[in-house]
Amino acid sequence: MVNRKLVGAHYGLLDWLIQRITGVVMAVFTVVVGFALSDGVGSSYERWHAFMSSTPMRFISFLCIISLCWHAWIGVRDTWMDYVQPAGIKLTLHVLTVLSVIGCGGWAVQILWKL
Amino acid sequence: MEIVTMTTRILKFNIYRYDPDVDRKPYMQDIEVEVDATDRKLLDALVKLKAKDDSIAFRRSCREGVCGSDGMNINGTNGLACLADLNTFPDGKTIVLRPLPGLPVIRDLIVDMTQFFKQYHSIKPYLINNDPLPERERLQSPEEREELNGLYECILCACCSTACPTFWWNPDKFVGPAGLLAAYRFIADTRDQATNERLDNLEDPYRLFRCHTIMNCVEVCPKGLNPTKAIGKIKDMMVRRII
Repeated sequence: MVNRKLVGAHYGLLDWLIQRITGVVMAVFTVVVGFALSDGVGSSYERWHAFMSSTPMRFISFLCIISLCWHAWIGVRDTWMDYVQPAGIKLTLHVLTVLSVIGCGGWAVQILWKL
Repeated sequence: MEIVTMTTRILKFNIYRYDPDVDRKPYMQDIEVEVDATDRKLLDALVKLKAKDDSIAFRRSCREGVCGSDGMNINGTNGLACLADLNTFPDGKTIVLRPLPGLPVIRDLIVDMTQFFKQYHSIKPYLINNDPLPERERLQSPEEREELNGLYECILCACCSTACPTFWWNPDKFVGPAGLLAAYRFIADTRDQATNERLDNLEDPYRLFRCHTIMNCVEVCPKGLNPTKAIGKIKDMMVRRII
């Protein structure tokens, strides 16, 4: 196959935007949990359990998990795009990253649902 | 008659040497040169060095920071030899000179800039306007012209692009800070009619979005330009285009 330099996959902007939006979601989650902890939510298991099982927290935790996974996928894929040149190895790493992220995301949701 | 005594000093250099016709691999050479008070810039010292050892190769032309020929890595930082003040180098300390990083070396401090200019040309660095030519000129308001300040001054010395790790890893796909600064120069130009095509051309995970905003380009630009800001403005325009 002729080794042409291929560019023009029109997803650069979308991924860049998603990484920023998911970053904001995770920042909001961190602030909420930070405030809760400073309010003594972490003082006992019962309080912590009640806090994390509340519907708003379940909602925002789920959003945070999705955001973290999406953010991690784009970030790790960016690293492969930067440093790995052979297309075969790059594709393998991409697939492994996607599978790891899906696995971690599913596991996190499972933990959250058990609350 | 007053006799003016010229103070001289010895400058120590450690210079990257490589002549592919002679050397099996590159090496660093220690060399000293005497400069006097009239030698103000690093380029002056290099010219004296060249007189002492004419096998040393480097590019230079205007010697006043306009042509961008003498870009090189000076003590680990990219810059123009003609703008580097000799007084800023500590006395007695060796000045280490290497070619601009990330580009193939042709000889000594001379690099092959083909890839750099390929990226520059890929952004179509010229005004695209299909309207009939006006009788005199295409006019802009002072505010519209103001937007081009900090963009058009780029001298294409490649100091910024060769200081960018992303350009080192993907020089064939990432446009690089110099090219992207030039791209925004035309995107921002109200006389240009190809804004959408220009944005399309950059909306790619490699061409623009490999920039991780580490701002090496801003730190080394000998003209004090800010490619990172221009890159941010391109991203901003792309976002505004879709919302």
